[in-house]
Amino acid sequence: MSQVDVVWRRRRRRETRHLLISVLPGALWIFIFLVLPSAYLMSVAFMTNGGFGQPQMPLTLDAFRNLAGFGFLGWSPGNLYTLWRSIFQSLISLGLVVLVAYPIAWYISMCRPRLRAIMLLAVVVPSWTNQVIRAFGWMNLLSPGTPLSTLAEKMGLIAPNMGLFPSDFAVTLGLVYNFLPFMVLPLYAAFEKLDHAQIEAARDLYASPLRTFFVAVLPQTLPGLLAGSVLVAIPAFGMYVIPELLGGGRSQMLGNLVASQFGEAANWPLGAAGALLMLLATLLGLVILRRLGRRLGGGTEMVI
Amino acid sequence: MAERSPTAAPGGPFLSVESTTGSDGSAAREASSISLKGIRKEYPGGVVALESVDLDIRAGEFFTLLGPSGCGKTTLLRMLAGLDEPSAGTLSIGGVDVTDTPPHKRSVNTVFQSYALFPHLSVRDNIAFGLKMRGMARAEREQKVVEIAGFIKLGSLVDRRVDQLSGGQRQRIALARALICEPDVLLLDEPLSALDAGLRSQLQVELLRTQKRLGMTFVFVTHDQEEAMVMSDRIAVLNDGIIQQLGTPQEVYERPANLFVARFMGHDNLFPITARAGMTVTTPIGSLETEDHHEGKVALIRPETLELTSPGAPSVEPGKQLNTLMCRVVERFYRGSNVEYRLSHQNDEQHSELIAEISNTGERLFRVGDEVKVEIYPEDVIMLGDDEEGA
Repeated sequence: MSQVDVVWRRRRRRETRHLLISVLPGALWIFIFLVLPSAYLMSVAFMTNGGFGQPQMPLTLDAFRNLAGFGFLGWSPGNLYTLWRSIFQSLISLGLVVLVAYPIAWYISMCRPRLRAIMLLAVVVPSWTNQVIRAFGWMNLLSPGTPLSTLAEKMGLIAPNMGLFPSDFAVTLGLVYNFLPFMVLPLYAAFEKLDHAQIEAARDLYASPLRTFFVAVLPQTLPGLLAGSVLVAIPAFGMYVIPELLGGGRSQMLGNLVASQFGEAANWPLGAAGALLMLLATLLGLVILRRLGRRLGGGTEMVI
Repeated sequence: MAERSPTAAPGGPFLSVESTTGSDGSAAREASSISLKGIRKEYPGGVVALESVDLDIRAGEFFTLLGPSGCGKTTLLRMLAGLDEPSAGTLSIGGVDVTDTPPHKRSVNTVFQSYALFPHLSVRDNIAFGLKMRGMARAEREQKVVEIAGFIKLGSLVDRRVDQLSGGQRQRIALARALICEPDVLLLDEPLSALDAGLRSQLQVELLRTQKRLGMTFVFVTHDQEEAMVMSDRIAVLNDGIIQQLGTPQEVYERPANLFVARFMGHDNLFPITARAGMTVTTPIGSLETEDHHEGKVALIRPETLELTSPGAPSVEPGKQLNTLMCRVVERFYRGSNVEYRLSHQNDEQHSELIAEISNTGERLFRVGDEVKVEIYPEDVIMLGDDEEGA
C-alpha cells in the first residue's frame, strides 16, 4: 500500500468519525422519541385486548379484524364509514381550499408590497388562535336558530330546527377554514415568482382566459399547489378536534376513532391498528403526490 | 402575385415563400396596415405614457418604434397586441377597429423580450401552441411545425427541451412560435437586446430577410438607433409619449427634426446659434454659411461630413465657398474602416470641441497635437428646432 493511500484512508476515517459524532445527538433523539414509541405502538396493534383494556399477549390480528368491522355481534360497517368519511372529507376540503386559495394568493401577489405583508398576516393570524376556540366560534355561527341556520332553513337546505351544526357540512367548513393558510402561503410563494410574460404569451397566442390559466398559470404554480396539498390533505385526514367539536359525534373521522379507542372505549390494540392504518394511508398519499409532481414537473422533484 | 388571406390554405408550403417574394418587398398582404388615431395612455396616478399618438403603419412595412426606456414605445406595442388598453383613441388593423378586441382574438403575434417560452412544454409544442389554441388538428400542426422549422432553419432544435436552448436559439423558437400563426402583424419587443453583439447582428440579418420574404408587417421596438436604422423601412422616434419624428432611417439620421432626435441618433456636433443674418449663422465655432432655410436654435454638423486637411493644403473643392476653421487634434480613435478625431477649436475666448469621422482610405493619419484645417460644406450645416416643435 502506498504512502498516499495510507494518508488518504486515515483522513477518510477521521471524517467518518466527525460525521458520526455530529449526527449522533439528533439520531438518538429521533430513536428514543420517535422510533421506539412508534415501534411500541405498532407492536400493540398486534396484541390482544385484555379485560381491563390493557394490551397483552398473545400476538393476533384481532385488532385489524375489529378495525375492518368484525366485532362480538358480527360485522358492522361503522369503522369503514369512518375511514371513508376521513378520505372523503380530506379530499373535499382539499378541493375547496384550492378553489378558495388560488384567487386569494393571486390577489395578494398583485398587491403593493406593503399591502401584501398585511394581507398575508390577515390570512395567517387566525391560525395562531387555538383550534378549539375557533371551532367554538363556528358552533356559535352555525347552531340552530342563528341567522345562517335560519337562512339555510328558509332556503330549504336543512330540516327545520336542525341547524347547520352539528353536521358533515360543519366539519367540511371547519376543515377548509382551518387549512386555508397552509394552501395560501405556498401558492403565494409560487405566484410571487410567476413569469407574467408567459401569461401574456398565451393570451397573444389565442388562448382564452380559462385556457391561459391551465397553460401558463397552473404549471408555474404547481410546486406551490402540490406543497399546499401535502400540508392540507394529510393533516386533514387525521384531524381530531374539528370533527369532534363540529361533527357532534355524528361525523367521526379516523382520528376520533383512534382517540376513543385509547380513551373511553379502552381498546389499545384497535386504536394502534387505526393509527397504523392512518400512517399507511398518509404514506400512500405522499407517494401519489410525489409521483404526480414528478410526472407534471417533467422529471424534477416537486413534493418534499 | 396572389394575395393571401391570414387563413391561408392549409398544407401548402409556409406562406408560399417563393411566390410572395417581390423584388421590391411589395408582397404585402392586404389585411395588415395599422392605423392609430389619438391613442393616449394614462396610468392611474396621472402618469402619461402616451400623448395622443397618430400613426399609420403601412402593410408589409418593417416599422420601428425607437426611443429611450420609458418613452412609451413598449406601451404602444402592447396596445397593438391587446395586452394594454388605450385610455383614449382608436386602433385599427387592416381597416378593422380592434380597440376593444381582446388579445386572443387579434390576428397579431408577439415575440417577447424575454421570449416567454413555456418551460413545461417541448419546443415542438411551444411552436405549435397558437395553432392548437385555434383548434388545428394535430397532424396538420405537425406539418406546419416541419415547414416553419425549415423556413427559419431550426434543424434539430425542435426536439430539444426549452431549458436546453441558448439565448439565440430561444429567440428563434419565439420567432417561429409567432410566425407559424401567420398573423397580420408581427410585433417584436426588443427581441435581440439580450444577445451578444455577434449573434445579434447575425439575427438582425435573418429577421430582416424573413420579413422581406414574407412581406408581413413587422412592428419592432428597440432603444438601439443603429439596429433601428439597419432594420427599418421607417422609424418613429418617441420621447415622453410623443412621436418626435417619423421617417425613413436616412431622413431621421440626416435631417433630425429636433435636438432630441439628433442626440438620440448619436450626433455630437451641436452648436447653439446666437445670431442669424441671411444664410449666415453665428455659433461658438464662428460664423457658418448654411443652405438650410429653416429657423433653428442649434446647428448640427454630422461628424462624417467634416473634411480634414493639413493647414497649408488647397481647399477640397476650390470652386466652392466652404466654411473653414482651424482645429487641433486632441484624441484619435482608430477603428479600422474609419478614424474618429476629437478636435478642439479656439475662437477668441470660447473653446469648443468637434468630432470628425473620416473614412480610412489609407492616406496618412493626423496625430494627436496636429493642427488641421476643417472644411464644412454649407449644405451640411443643419438647423434644428426645439424638442417641442417635433412631430
